[in-house]
Amino acid sequence: MWSWVAHRVTGVLIFFFLLVHILDTALVRVSPEAYNAVIGTYQTPIMGLGEAGLVAAIVFHAFNGIRVILVDFWAKGPKYQKAMLWVVVGLFVVTMAGFLPRHLMNVFGGGH
Amino acid sequence: MAQTQTPSAIAAPRSPYARRKTTRGNFELYSWVFMRASGVVLLVLVFGHLFVNLMVGEGVHAIDFAFVGGKWSSPFWQVWDLLMLWLAMIHGTNGVRTIVNDYAQRDSTRGVLKVLLYLASTIVVILGTLVIFTFTPCPPGAPAELLPSICFPN
Repeated sequence: MWSWVAHRVTGVLIFFFLLVHILDTALVRVSPEAYNAVIGTYQTPIMGLGEAGLVAAIVFHAFNGIRVILVDFWAKGPKYQKAMLWVVVGLFVVTMAGFLPRHLMNVFGGGH
Repeated sequence: MAQTQTPSAIAAPRSPYARRKTTRGNFELYSWVFMRASGVVLLVLVFGHLFVNLMVGEGVHAIDFAFVGGKWSSPFWQVWDLLMLWLAMIHGTNGVRTIVNDYAQRDSTRGVLKVLLYLASTIVVILGTLVIFTFTPCPPGAPAELLPSICFPN
């Protein structure tokens, strides 16, 4: 139930970011200056935290999506759906443990 | 009290069961299959995108016009991003369509929301596709320090 709610919430979040992200990337077609000005705002600490949240949403949605597929197509999927949710949580923690330190160092560790 | 009947004791129905002919086609089935198939492909495409853009080198700080220009000079990343654009947009639009159908109760509200959704998605997909195919990594007249290294052979 809650994994289903979280799947919907993260999905909608990712979709709206995707719309914005395609529009900001389209600025490469306007001029190098216009693109660099907008992408520069993605490199501020506040946006850096937003990116961490976005990646967290994507990682959960991705792993839970695989779980949904296994529940649908694997004969034992429904039986192990709860165990698989804990696998999703475990993989989420491991993936974020790999991503967060690196990303936060890039965001807060000086850079440009 | 409880009547015990063996399956064979159940009377045959008066008319044979006939599946109702549906005129709606199998759209919902295809969309259900698409969500799962595209989801698996998107996991690879999006994780690869995030790794290359946020984990390698200086991560998000390294992203500027020259970075994008360098990537899109290679057909590999053009195809990667084009595939990601189309699959993610159709996957996301279909997901939001499902949510609108679930929660918008009035017919008119549902209709308006879905028209807006399809309009936004179509514009963004066409725009993104045009950008990938018409992009020039070395626009004439642009300051040299903003351009990718491929603009300056040798």
